[in-house]
Formats: sequence, structure tokens, C-alpha cells
Amino acid sequence: MEPKTLILVGVVLILLAAATAAGQILRRRTALGLNPAALEAFGSRVRAWWLICAVVAGAFLVGKVATVVVIGLISFWALREFITLTPTRPGDHRALFWVFVLCTPLQYVLVGMGEEQYGLYSILIPVYAFLFIPARIAMAGDYKRFLERAAKIQAGLLICVYCFSYAAALLTLDLGENADPDANERLLFFFVVIVQLSDVLQYAWSKLPTKHVIVPTISPTKTWEGLIGGTVSAALVGAALAWATPFEQWWMAAVMSTVIALMGFAGSLTMSAIKRDRGVRDYGTLVEGHGGALDRIDSICFAAPVFFHLTRYYLTLVG
Amino acid sequence: MRNVRGNDPTGDSRGDSRGPTISDRIAQTILALTARFLSGASVRWIDCQPDTCQRVYFANHTSHLDAVVIWSALPAAIRVLTRPVAAADYWTAGRVRRYLSGRVFNALLIDRKEIKVHRSPIDMMIREMGDRYSLILFPQGGRSMGPEVGEFKSGLYYLCKKRPDLECVPVYLDNMNRILPRGEVLPVPLLSRICFGPPLWLEAGEPKSQFLGRARQAVQRLKEA
Repeated sequence: MEPKTLILVGVVLILLAAATAAGQILRRRTALGLNPAALEAFGSRVRAWWLICAVVAGAFLVGKVATVVVIGLISFWALREFITLTPTRPGDHRALFWVFVLCTPLQYVLVGMGEEQYGLYSILIPVYAFLFIPARIAMAGDYKRFLERAAKIQAGLLICVYCFSYAAALLTLDLGENADPDANERLLFFFVVIVQLSDVLQYAWSKLPTKHVIVPTISPTKTWEGLIGGTVSAALVGAALAWATPFEQWWMAAVMSTVIALMGFAGSLTMSAIKRDRGVRDYGTLVEGHGGALDRIDSICFAAPVFFHLTRYYLTLVG
Repeated sequence: MRNVRGNDPTGDSRGDSRGPTISDRIAQTILALTARFLSGASVRWIDCQPDTCQRVYFANHTSHLDAVVIWSALPAAIRVLTRPVAAADYWTAGRVRRYLSGRVFNALLIDRKEIKVHRSPIDMMIREMGDRYSLILFPQGGRSMGPEVGEFKSGLYYLCKKRPDLECVPVYLDNMNRILPRGEVLPVPLLSRICFGPPLWLEAGEPKSQFLGRARQAVQRLKEA
């Protein structure tokens, strides 16, 4: 393993340990009068962060293929949650069958095959599946709320499978001839660390005494203070980790981290809007005692495709 | 063909009388895991605990997978003592289904078309249960299309009248009608929910309609839980 990789993993472990310790200490200090529910929410975010980082760190140990499979399984589970909470009609059954059994696995197989399949995996769902879904529903003959039903299934597949699969695609992105063997794994790790960190930091910054809520009807916890503070802190951390990435300039790593933080915000806001509309608090309400997979990955779903394509574009400009 | 329809002279509804072999046990575990994965079921026990005492689990019925999904949701030690009551015409069609119902989840198959007075399904259930097995029953008779709980047929009442000691455990299955709806062959692996509710018994002298109404309400109440 490259020394750079070991240092990156070490830094993240220290950050995680610090966040966990901070949560524990604040919990003991009841004299500060902090809201226990807010501390609990912070704690659950940190726990999710441990889990996701452990999955990604597994990539260093067990190899790329196994990691693509694990990411694919998380994606599959997220799609189940999405469609379960989205009303469909019996006429959608056959279309859904192919969405689950063919489109989802195929996307991850193509991503796992790497750069030479880029031409196919980047359009498989937006072109082929996008057109297949309404056609198959039409074949079933049920036209009631047709457009709405087709759009729901398309959106679920695009968000939970297509967008999320770009996280796995970071592992097979061609980083050029000078890249060391761990470079792809480090890129994925960098991405996941920035997404999750900006999520936690946005939450932490939103606890400032002044609160300017951005969209009160959708998320009362997301404030301008949180968004700006979280994004700036994520950009600083990104700049400090630039040595671990393929970005040669520190400010480029900072720009990428800013984009990741903003897209992460957009993702979790969008998924909150969907949850509000469906009248549920989180996608995991079906599974007792667990947060849903989709609640944990909503920011990744939005940040991954944008980060992937910007990085790919950057590499063609530099290389 | 094996005698899985329960109309053979010995009254044994299983195809052969040998006990489960090691390969059957392995197949049971695999089937239970597959059913758990396909149905993505989260299981809740509300005012009820898993127990090896003789019970009748009765549930709303929307999908062919219902019986297997309830069976797989039970803890392994209870699962081997629990036999789903299922439709013979569906579960004897083809070798795979026949093997699964006969050897793996040990179903008690009822012929829906040929109900004879002197060989009623209730007598068969009581004989097959002995003092050991519990049953999984769908008192609606057929499968309903939507999530509503249909009217109950009288089988549950007559069973309890002959065995008033049986604990009747209401079970509500949520979303199974979308995983494998009527008329479909291939399941879509969405997520489902199974609720086991507080047991009820047939009271002495309780009229049929009152008992069936009470049982149906118990299932409906779990829908909101």
C-alpha cells in the first residue's frame, strides 16, 4: 500500500475518533443544556460516517470488484426503499421487474468493467432504460396517471442506481499513466470523506445561535449558516487533503470539495422534499431501528455524478 | 404422483413419511433466507412473543408468497413446528413447487375444488396438527387484490371450535401484493412488513360471526400499528 494511502486512512480515522469523542463528551456535559435530540442526531450521523468509511476502506483490502459489488448492493437496497414508498399500480409490475433484475445489476457490471465501457454505462439508464420503462408500462395497457408513474420509476432508477453508480465508477476511472495503483481507491475515499464531512459540518454549523432557515417548508434544520460554514470548512479540509488526490493544485481540490458539499446539500434537500410529499420522516421507517439506506446516501447520489464528470473533464484538460 | 393432496387412505398429507433429511434442512434454511431477502421483510411482534405452543397464525392474503414469507419470518426452532395451509392446485403444479411444499416447508395442502363432507379440510388440519404443529392459515380463502382485509370464511371458527385451546395469532402482511400480485409469475423485490399481534381465543359459546369479526378486526388493527 502506498504511504499516501496509509496517511489518508490514518487522518480519517483520527477525524472520526475526534467526532465520536466530541459527541460523547457533549452528551456527558448536561450542564451545557444542549438539546439531547440534536446530540442524538449528530451521533447517528457520525455512526453512519464510520460505516460508510469502513465500506470504502474495505476497497483497499479486498479489491475493486468486491467494492463495486458492495456499492451495487447498497444501491439495490436504496432503490427498493424508493419504489416501496412510491405508489405504483399492478400495470407497472413487469417494468419494475426488469428495472430491478436487469438494469440495476447491468449498470454495476458495466461500471466494474471500467473505462472501456464508459460509452455504455454513462447512457444505459438515461437512454435505454429511460425509453424502455414507459414503453413497457404502455404495453401493460393501464393508462391511469401514466406519465406520473413512468416518471417515478425513472427518477428512482436514475437517482438510486445511475447517479449512485458514479461513486463506484471513481474506482475504474482512468487517472493517467503516472497514477499509482491506489490512486482510484484514494479518489473514492477522498470523495466519500468530503461528502460525509460536509454533511456533519453543515449540521454542526447550523447549531449557531443565529438561524436563517433556507427552506422552512421542507427542512427546518438546514440553515444558511450551516450551508456556508459547512461548505467552507469542507473546502478547507479538501485543500488540506489535495496531496492524496489526482488534482495537482490545492485550490482545485478546494473547488472540487465545494462542488461536492453543494451537491450533497442539494441531494439531501431533494430527498427531503420527496419524503415530505410521501409523509414519512425517513426511508427507513419500514425497517425498525435502522435509518434507511437512502437517507444515508442521498447526498452521495447527487454529488457522485457531478464530481466524477468534473474530475474526468479535469483529467482530459491536464492530460 | 406423490400423495400430497391429503386424500390418501393413511391420511398423511406428506408425500412420504420419512422425516426431513439433511438436504431438506439445508433447503429449508436456503428457502427461508431467500424469502427473507426477496420480501425484504421487517418483522414486528406486538404484544406477542414467538412460542413453540400450538398456534394458528391467520393473515390477510394478497400473494402466493404470503405463506412462505410468514413461515420464513418465524425463528428457526418454531419454523420447523409450523406448517402453512396452502392451495393444492398451486403447490402441486410442477416438480419444484411439489418439492418445496412437500419436503421443504412441509405445507398442508387443501384441495379447494373438491371439499368432501366426510373428509373436511378442518378434520385434516386437526389430524395433521396433532399435539405438535402450528398452522399458518389465510381465512379470506382467496387472495385479495389490494391492501384491504377481506371477509373471513368460517374455517378458522370451526377449527377453533374443535380445538378451543389453540392460540390464534393475527398476522398482517404489508406490501406483499406489490411484490407478487395476482396473475404475475415473477416477484419484484420491494420491501414488506410483517406484524404479529396479540393472540386471541374462541370464547365458550361465542357465535361464529362475532368470532370471525373479532379475528378480522385484529388483523386490520395491525395495519395501522
